[in-house]
Amino acid sequence: MPAPAIAVSGLRKAYGDKTVLDGVDFEVPAGTVFSLLGPNGAGKTTTVQILSTLLTADSGRAWVGGHDVRADPDAVRALIGVTGQFSAVDELLTGEENLRLMADLLHLDRAEGRRRATALVEWFELGEAARRPAGTYSGGMQRRLDLAMTLMGEPKVIFLDEPTTGLDPRSRHTTWQIIRDLLSEGMTVFLTTQYLEEADQLADRIALLDHGRLAAHGTPDELKRMVPGGHVSLRFADPYSFDAAARLLGPARRDEAALSLQVPGDGSVRALRTLLDRLDGAGLEPESCTVHTPDLDDVFLALTGRPAPDKEPAR
Amino acid sequence: MSTVPTTGPGVRRLSPLALTLADSATMIRRSFKHALRYPSMTISTVLMPAFMLLLFVGLFGRSMRAGLAGTAADGLEYVDFVAPGVLVVAAAAAGVATSVAVCVDMTKGIVNRFRTMSIARTSVLTGHVVGSVVQAMAGVILVAGIALAMGFRPTAGVLEWLGALGLLTLLSFALTWLSVALGLLAKNPEGASNTPLLFQLLPFLGSAFVPTETLPSAVRWFAEYQPFTLINATLRGLLLGLPVGDNAIIAVAWCLVLAVAGYAWSKMLFNRR
Repeated sequence: MPAPAIAVSGLRKAYGDKTVLDGVDFEVPAGTVFSLLGPNGAGKTTTVQILSTLLTADSGRAWVGGHDVRADPDAVRALIGVTGQFSAVDELLTGEENLRLMADLLHLDRAEGRRRATALVEWFELGEAARRPAGTYSGGMQRRLDLAMTLMGEPKVIFLDEPTTGLDPRSRHTTWQIIRDLLSEGMTVFLTTQYLEEADQLADRIALLDHGRLAAHGTPDELKRMVPGGHVSLRFADPYSFDAAARLLGPARRDEAALSLQVPGDGSVRALRTLLDRLDGAGLEPESCTVHTPDLDDVFLALTGRPAPDKEPAR
Repeated sequence: MSTVPTTGPGVRRLSPLALTLADSATMIRRSFKHALRYPSMTISTVLMPAFMLLLFVGLFGRSMRAGLAGTAADGLEYVDFVAPGVLVVAAAAAGVATSVAVCVDMTKGIVNRFRTMSIARTSVLTGHVVGSVVQAMAGVILVAGIALAMGFRPTAGVLEWLGALGLLTLLSFALTWLSVALGLLAKNPEGASNTPLLFQLLPFLGSAFVPTETLPSAVRWFAEYQPFTLINATLRGLLLGLPVGDNAIIAVAWCLVLAVAGYAWSKMLFNRR
């Protein structure tokens, strides 16, 4: 078996008496997408910063591409690309100049620098905008330039820290497609996200980080099996139809006070139609109907026994 | 320092020294581009000392000259007395711009990009320093030109001028490294714009604009021994043909100490974050 692209063992980090990482272990095989999932303040960014040589851990070890991040940071830097939560473009320079800056810092010769920049401008559809200062770009476009700058170095391992936070749905899907393209180029992708759906869409393996510890670790399917499925919530106008529906539908969670039933289901249109047809056949009509799919809150509830913590400032 | 073999077609292999020089040159180019795209800082760095010269000579010149009577500078034209002082102010003027530029870099994501790349780390700071020193020296040349046009009549030959410019460059270099450290220390660009103002105010508590013997006795002792006064005295000596004495050596020593301290402090702060 080839050496993992990233290996982490017993990683700990505290700021004063606030423990951010409390003994984290995982491995990321080369050429896969690994997603670190968790709410704000869980320690995702701290993990990325340690792996990308920006921070040193208090204890524990980490290797990227076989190099110890603490002992040989320059060897790690030569292999990685990092796109953080905050835009890392030079807003006073144009898109082209930003890419040129990267080419110079990577010590590429002129022809090679131009070749890579041209390919990236095309790939990320920066075209016209490449000649405008990056400060004038929209959020989504700035992220694309950011990622293009990261890719100028043709990294083997790429760290993406919440790459879609704050993006509109269309830009989010563009970013997802880019991540799939990176994978097909043979890169290893380390992705942090707050969104279960994003991890589910992209990751080969997901680790759930909670208060500096890994609460769960596995493939998306393994993780979802640990989470209670989705449900359909039906609310009725009177106790009579509520009782009748409860008898008809069998096992369901009953909320007598609200006259609502939570019926397990995957939330698909077909399952929903079947459910409503059965009620219709019995002459019952719910007053309202809402579909609930499992989200990060459910994962947290299931794996940590409490709801996801409220938003805390990112660190 | 990196010697990592980031090889591959199109990638140049560099020795550690060549890497430091190449990365510094890249960052200096970046600093010049910033000055062109966002010229307001540059304009205030270059023009402020020139306005000061116009103000003190053109507006206050007559009463300032009367104030020289009875001091060691008795008989000098005021423009001859004050021009070396304003040259010092011009050399010190880039502090605020440097500090703000460094702080802006540090509070944006771009610095983390640089830190995760296999480059010569201090080149990020060197770019700002060289860019700022060049701007300050542009201000020095402008002030010298205006002073000459206003009647400044230095006796200096080529060697004395070179010595004066060398000392001003060294002073600018030292203060710019200190400003880098202040920029790294500041929490936000607003904070970063305050502290380096000190470098522009200190010449006033010295011999730049009035002879120190006319100052209140409470500040006189400080005014006579502070580095700006020694640097002033050296410049006056070089440009006006007055005796320089020990001043030159002490002035150069001050600049070297400040430069080394500023560099070491900046490097420590940059690596700590």
